[in-house]
Amino acid sequence: MRGWTGPLVVLAIVVATAAVTKIGRAMRPFVLATIPLIASILLVNTFFYPGAEDVLLRVGPFAATGTGLTEALQASLRVVAFALSVAVFSLTTPTDDLLVDLERRGVGRRGVFVIGSAIRTIPRMAERAGEIVEAQRARGLDTEGSALRRIRGILPLAGPMILGAVTDVEERTVALEARAFSAPARRTVIRPIPDSPAQRAVRWAAGLGAATLVALGIAGLVRLP
Amino acid sequence: MSGPDAAPPLALSGVRYQYAGTSAWALDGIDLSVAAGHILGVVGPNDAGKSTLSLVASGLAPLAIGGRLEGSAALGGRETRELAAHEAAQRCGILFQNPSTQLSGTAHTVWEELAFGPRNVGLGLADIVERVEGSLAALRIESLASRDPARLSGGQAQLVALASVLALRPACLVLDEPTSQLDPEGTRLVGEAIRRLAGDLGSAVLVTEHKTALLARVADEAIVLQAGAVVARGPVREVLEDQALIELGVDPPPAVRLRRALRAGGVDARTEQRALDALAALDALATLDAPEAAG
Repeated sequence: MRGWTGPLVVLAIVVATAAVTKIGRAMRPFVLATIPLIASILLVNTFFYPGAEDVLLRVGPFAATGTGLTEALQASLRVVAFALSVAVFSLTTPTDDLLVDLERRGVGRRGVFVIGSAIRTIPRMAERAGEIVEAQRARGLDTEGSALRRIRGILPLAGPMILGAVTDVEERTVALEARAFSAPARRTVIRPIPDSPAQRAVRWAAGLGAATLVALGIAGLVRLP
Repeated sequence: MSGPDAAPPLALSGVRYQYAGTSAWALDGIDLSVAAGHILGVVGPNDAGKSTLSLVASGLAPLAIGGRLEGSAALGGRETRELAAHEAAQRCGILFQNPSTQLSGTAHTVWEELAFGPRNVGLGLADIVERVEGSLAALRIESLASRDPARLSGGQAQLVALASVLALRPACLVLDEPTSQLDPEGTRLVGEAIRRLAGDLGSAVLVTEHKTALLARVADEAIVLQAGAVVARGPVREVLEDQALIELGVDPPPAVRLRRALRAGGVDARTEQRALDALAALDALATLDAPEAAG
């Protein structure tokens, strides 16, 4: 077992940050996205945890164990803590600022480009999916109704989506070359990111704190999750 | 005497090109030259090699996409095979059909999108500002500077893509069917921009187009491409009036079609001229400069 402390501390920091930055409502989709994973963690661990014998209840041939349930809850908590950390990061960090800062810190242009284009491609892919669905509907495809019908509706959507994305990549690659993307010069930073002394102090404190915890963990003085 | 300085921005001589993994010549014996301030139109049926010609003329083929090039393809007197892709990009800019795939996809504003190329070549901030502002002004799209590039109309996005290419200050521009995905308003905007680029900036422009009416308005000369070879060339109006164009599957401009229809119908010369004048007046009305490109 890995314990409750780690994920609870992370959750406390995340919740406090969310409260200060007022992004609580916007974090809801991130929590909802974890539900399928958490459901599977709960089921598998509670009923099939290897070696657990403290049976809580039996459902047919399957036995739910206390050890399995505890492990499942801890694992779920870690998943939620991770998802909410990602949510806080993505909801409070403007993509452009992140990219500019990565570049300023020496991350190569290709790395920055891959991250940036991936982030900005997601909404475009969603838009394209919407357009394809509308086009398929106009040709009589039933994309509403039962779950089975919806799943069937995904197949004609996937083909054009994937092919379109691949074609786009080819065109984009050539277009990038046409804009001197492969030039060996260091790219000019055109927008400095504001960085107050307080922000720098918090960053240093966080880094030092993490390093200290790891060191204490290695020395056996603190039990890390 | 002709040194590299006197060389035309774009010159192809005896050019043959074969895509990687194929044995057929996509271009076979192309000779052409585009002087500063001139616009050369390229027409031809599908699969004639127009897009391949654009890639070879800009240096992207074979520099970026591979393949086999024979003959001489020179940008400002330098053979493209001697250049790196980023050097070719600064000598010759290329604009493709689809504006959405030409933008970097990483910029938050049109201004930053235009700065993408100059930043790649490591220009200083003052030079970047000058180039971006200059490119916006050249296409009269200053009002788009703060807009999100992903939220533009087709015509606006194509102008931004063109301005992004201009920001590298190439002496030569290759436009590969730049209006094929645009509505009439977008076509008008891009057509006006092409004329300004040649007239005001002195760019050498090679433009492939299916819309012959647009070519008739903007180009000085034209060539007809078929099966990778030039089958006709001359002043744009003469080339576009050639009866053989229809046999190649290329629609002549409306004025040419109207004249032919009137003559076939036995209309007298005076009526024919009045009908053509009316068409020209309608065309002029449709191509009046808009107060602002941003609309």
